[in-house]
Order: sequence, then structure tokens, then C-alpha cells
Amino acid sequence: MTGLLCFIRFLSKMRNMDTLAEPGVSSTVLRHSLLTRAAHWTNALSMGILMMSGLQILNAHPSLYWGQTGYDSKAAWFNITSGDENPPQGTLQIGRSVFRTTGLLGIVTSGGHVEKKAFPDWLTIPRNRDLGSARRWHFFFAWILVANGIIYLVVTAITGRLKRDLLPRSSELAPKQLAAQLWSHMRLRFPKGEQARTYNSLQKLSYSAVIFGLGPLMVLSGLTMSPGLDAAMPFLVDLFGGRQSARSIHFIAANLLMLFFLAHMAALIAVGVWNELRSMITGRYRLEHAE
Amino acid sequence: MGRILLSRRRFLQTTAISFGSLIGAGCDQMVQTPSFKPKVNAEPLTLHGQRLLLRGQSLAREFSLADVAPQFPSTGTTVPQDSEYQRLLEQQFAAWRLQVDGRVERPTSFSLSELQCLPSRTQITRHDCVEGWSAIARWQGVPLSLLLHYAQLKADARYVVFHCADTVGGGSQMGGGGGGRYYESIDLIDAFHQQTILAYSLNGKPLPVENGAPLRLRLERQLGYKHAKYVMRVEVAARLDLIGAGKGGYWEDRGYEWYAGI
Repeated sequence: MTGLLCFIRFLSKMRNMDTLAEPGVSSTVLRHSLLTRAAHWTNALSMGILMMSGLQILNAHPSLYWGQTGYDSKAAWFNITSGDENPPQGTLQIGRSVFRTTGLLGIVTSGGHVEKKAFPDWLTIPRNRDLGSARRWHFFFAWILVANGIIYLVVTAITGRLKRDLLPRSSELAPKQLAAQLWSHMRLRFPKGEQARTYNSLQKLSYSAVIFGLGPLMVLSGLTMSPGLDAAMPFLVDLFGGRQSARSIHFIAANLLMLFFLAHMAALIAVGVWNELRSMITGRYRLEHAE
Repeated sequence: MGRILLSRRRFLQTTAISFGSLIGAGCDQMVQTPSFKPKVNAEPLTLHGQRLLLRGQSLAREFSLADVAPQFPSTGTTVPQDSEYQRLLEQQFAAWRLQVDGRVERPTSFSLSELQCLPSRTQITRHDCVEGWSAIARWQGVPLSLLLHYAQLKADARYVVFHCADTVGGGSQMGGGGGGRYYESIDLIDAFHQQTILAYSLNGKPLPVENGAPLRLRLERQLGYKHAKYVMRVEVAARLDLIGAGKGGYWEDRGYEWYAGI
């Protein structure tokens, strides 16, 4: 315990030194707290495993419906089929649109041979068709994700960092301000110097949307698929308009999270992979001072 | 600074404790079952979490006749190939008897018509398959609690095991392993739940073969693979490790969770 305390004191001392550093061309600051970093990577690992095990679960019945029920003979709004023709054709149907997806969805190549399966090996955990194991992975990391989220929110709410660092201020939400931010982001001009020390309004908005919007939506729609919880909390089913609707919303929200992840990666590359990555691992971030 | 220091330390402690308990639960399972494939297991957390919320006799939602699916899907075994079952089916289950035995004071057996004379419960419920689909149907059957009260459980009774007539070949969408005789098990909390019935009727007609004739379990707060079809014997047990491969069910022996509340 004393060792840990000393270590934390050491960290905070380093942090104070940084903030007192003489202004120059560039300086290094502690950008992300240990809590943020630990939560970020726990989240990244959990989300990755949840996405991939989720696709393996969907492999068992790759059709999505609206309402309480959904089964083979009922119309699905989303359907991946593995055709019986020779050679076999894989199709993806969304609403009334049908796409040929042989090789990518429906008919996939695994270990050198052609297999009738909605999602290819490289997209799923585990790789081979295995609903039982996929469920174990999914629920284990769902618990980790939720525990991680609760710890992060409770601690940052208590320390006030949630309000200070993450929640957008009303001035930041002014349309003019947001438009200006969006314009400079589109021209790949990102905040520098002291402005880069904190999240800009677009970051705050997108992180908040994920943490308070998509995140809870994923968890609640997931829980609504549980027949046990449906008996304990029937209002959950009504909230989503039925169990199969919840299943559809779970899938749509996962796709939106995937879009967020892609935008997140694009931003990482645009701003500078090494500096950003280091700040999320060691906490240290180099501030480029505006000229 | 002091405030942040303290919260940081508290954060570390909390993370260590909560993640330790999760991983601990996983390791525990691995020690007990060396053949266990995925080395992750949150089943105890899920079971206890749901049981905390399911205090009392929370019922699964019951629907109206208008919600019933035109044709209830069938999954797993659709026609048991076992010769014993085939013989019983030929005589329309006239010779079929449900054994009730194990850790009970009064081992007994019932014919189908005897079961149909007992007080019954009819419920229109949503069936949720582990594969992901759901369908609504109307089930009628004898409450399991009635049979258990009649047989009188011994003090060490903990589980109710359902032995089925069908040998499963494998090759289902659920995946996994070679064949074996189907069986399932539940604990006494679920066994005495009022919606836990042994159903002999589906949508007002005798239970069809593809849905488990002559008798199947309905366990409305858990997934479909728990709802054993073609039930031949109800065994009250003190422990599950001596039955089958010891995990409490056909799919459980092949890596599925015993508690299928999610």
C-alpha cells in the first residue's frame, strides 16, 4: 500500500512539473489520468471481444425482425442466407434490397474449404461455428464492460472530472461554435497547444454520445433479450417494442459503435498515431505550441 | 490533489476487487472442469444477479391468442429415431408412463391420461431459442410442483432432472460435439415456479412429435434448450455431477451454460 502511495505521489509530482514547465515550442503534459487509460483499454478489449463473439452468436440465426417474435417463416428485415444452388451463393437482404455477398457473408471460405456460414472466421470469436463458447465470451466481457463503465462514471462523477472534461458546456454546443469545429476538422486542422490539452467540443459530443447514448442502449437492448430479466423487468421489453426489436436495435447500435470506432481510428491517424497512442498508454502527451 | 489521490487509490482497490471476483469465478470453473473450452465464465454472476432480481415468483409475460404463431417452429430433435420411442409412438403413447423417482419419499409413475386428469395450467408464452429466434404459443400441462408435492422430496433434494427419449445426432445450428441421450436439469426455485409445467398440449391440440410428444417441459424464464422434449423420467437429485457428463444437461455437457436465463 505504501509503495502504491509513493508511486502515485511520484506520478503527481511529475504532473506538477509538467504543468509548471516553461512555455517553449513543445512541452509534455499528463493528458489522460490512470483511470481514463485503464478504463479505455479495458473498454477497447471488451468491445472487440463483444463485437466478434456477437457475430458468432448471430451466426446461429442471422435474421433480424421487429416486434416480440421472429422465426424462419416470419419476414425478416435483415437476413443473411446461404443458398443451395451450385455453386452456392451467399446473399444479404436488408429491407427490400438484396446483395450478392458470396465469399464475404453467407458463403465463406474457412481453412481452405467453402462453408455455409453468415460471417467468416476472421470476424468471429471463436473462429469456428460454436454458439456455446461465443456466449461464454460475450457474457463474461459484457460484465467486464459494465463494471468498467460504472467504475469510470462513479469515480469521474465524484472527482468532478466527468463534468469538467467530458460533458460539453452549453457554450460549446452553440451551432456556430460546432460548425467552426467541424469545418476545421474537415480540413484536418486540429486544436494545438493549450487547446489540445482538453477535449474539444466535437470530441466531448461524440464521447458523450457513446458513453451516455450508445453504451447504455447496447447494454439495455442486450439485457432485454434475456427471458429471465424480461420476467423481472417487463418494462424493458416494452421500452424496445418486443424482444426481437431489442435484438435488432442491439445489432444496429453495434454497427453505430463500429462507425464511431472507424472515425476514432481516422482521427488517431490524422492527429498523429504515436503521440495519441502514447498519451493513452503512459498518459504523456506532447503539446505543439501554436506559433 | 489529496482528493484525487484518494479516489485514484480507491479506484485501484475497487477495480482489483471487482475484476478479481470475475476472473476468480472463471478460474474456479476451470479448476473444476479441466476440459472446459472457453476459459471465461460469468455464469455464476449472471445466475445470482438474475436471482436477486427474480425474488418471489415473477412471472414471464403471458400473451393473448392473437399473438400465437401460425406454426410453432421445431428445433433440435424433430422425430426421435430411438426404437423405444418409435414403439411408444406407434401405440400413440398408450404404454408410455412418466417415472417420478430419485430423492423422493414416494417414487411413482403416471400414464398420459392420468396426467391429463390432474389440474392443469394453460399459458400463452414467448419461447426464446438460444439461436436467437422467438415464437409465441399456447401450452397446457400439469404444474411440475404438483408432481413433486405428490412424490414428497427428501431433505437432500436440490435438482430436478428430466431424462428424455431422444438421442441427439449433432449437426444442429447450436453446434458442438457428438451425439447422446438428451437430458436437462433445473433447481428447485425453477421447479416450483408456477409457470413450470410439463406440457401435453400445444395450441389446443395434442403436443406434436416435432415439439416433444407426449410430454415436454416449459420453463418460461429460461432459453429453449432447457425445455426438455420427449420427457420419460423426472428424477429428483441431490447433485448433478454423477449424471451424464456431469454438467446438468445435454448442451451443458457440450459447453452451454446450465443457467440459461440470458
